[in-house]
Amino acid sequence: MAVDKNMRVLIVDDYKTMLRIIRNLLKQLGFVNVDEATDGAQALQMLRSGNYGLVISDWNMEPMTGLQLLREVRADPKMKAVPFIMVTAESKSENVIAAKEAGVSNYVVKPFNAETLKSKMVSVLGDF
Amino acid sequence: MRKGDEWSMAEVSADPGLESRLDQLLRENDGVVRVEQISEVVEAVLATLSGDLTATDIRVYRELEELVSYIHIARQEIAALRPDEIQSHYIPSATDELDAIVEATEVATNEILDAVEIIENLQDRVDPEIAEIIANNTTRIYESCNFQDITGQRITKVVKALKHIEDKVEALVAALWERNEDGSASPDGKPKKETTDDSDLLNGPQLPANAFRQEDIDALFASFG
Repeated sequence: MAVDKNMRVLIVDDYKTMLRIIRNLLKQLGFVNVDEATDGAQALQMLRSGNYGLVISDWNMEPMTGLQLLREVRADPKMKAVPFIMVTAESKSENVIAAKEAGVSNYVVKPFNAETLKSKMVSVLGDF
Repeated sequence: MRKGDEWSMAEVSADPGLESRLDQLLRENDGVVRVEQISEVVEAVLATLSGDLTATDIRVYRELEELVSYIHIARQEIAALRPDEIQSHYIPSATDELDAIVEATEVATNEILDAVEIIENLQDRVDPEIAEIIANNTTRIYESCNFQDITGQRITKVVKALKHIEDKVEALVAALWERNEDGSASPDGKPKKETTDDSDLLNGPQLPANAFRQEDIDALFASFG
């Protein structure tokens, strides 16, 4: 099934410049329907009231981290299947293990390049 | 010295009321006594020694004298470090400077992104070959701007470390010079965590020599199937 590039994408990061970078990279890939949140709690609220096809989230945020957000998403029957890509500077093996156990769809370590982001999105959404 | 510690001494010609003074001191201070109070007690013990001194008496006397001297020297040396200045000026100044770095890099990054977005929007107005060059290079700039996020997180780690040091200095100052406002004893450090939780996973970006590359992450991720 073809990937709908009009899907709503939620990007979550407490650094606004990073939100801007990811938004622009998504725009280059054809994904223009992008919403932003600056912490996990705000993101969770948006996810509960919206219909998102993809979440791209940082980990290290307050008051709710990306890992906590992921757990909340996977615990909610209405959104537990939404693709969730962690994009983070947390790069220890225990981080990857914890994210995988929490149900992350894929994992990108910062700093990252556009090609890596695209390849992880393709692995999660399918070719586009 | 805490409540419950045995206060044992060699045979000493001491005032029998001294032990009750020690017990009273422990009760008054919720079982925790500051070092200057120990110093006062030690000096009181020395003052109560009377009559013919045995070899044991002399040994104890010398050890107590050394203890008092050590406490006084330690306090002087620590005071010379000016921990109050460290706490009230140097650490806050350092953290302010670091916060300013994060803010400055954020401003600069946004300036760069403003310019890049303008250039990117020109793609539709130039021939395809030029448009591709613009696209490729604007992407490179977006990728490079990752730096602001990474430096910000590294600086946040440093700020947290400084604040931890500040807490320790504050505890040291309170223990050696003054009682807390509520009369409670100063903390002697946080207890060791017996269990791990999610906060142990918050390490921020690793130093280049230790960091996992994306290939390492991919391999580990793939190993889960």
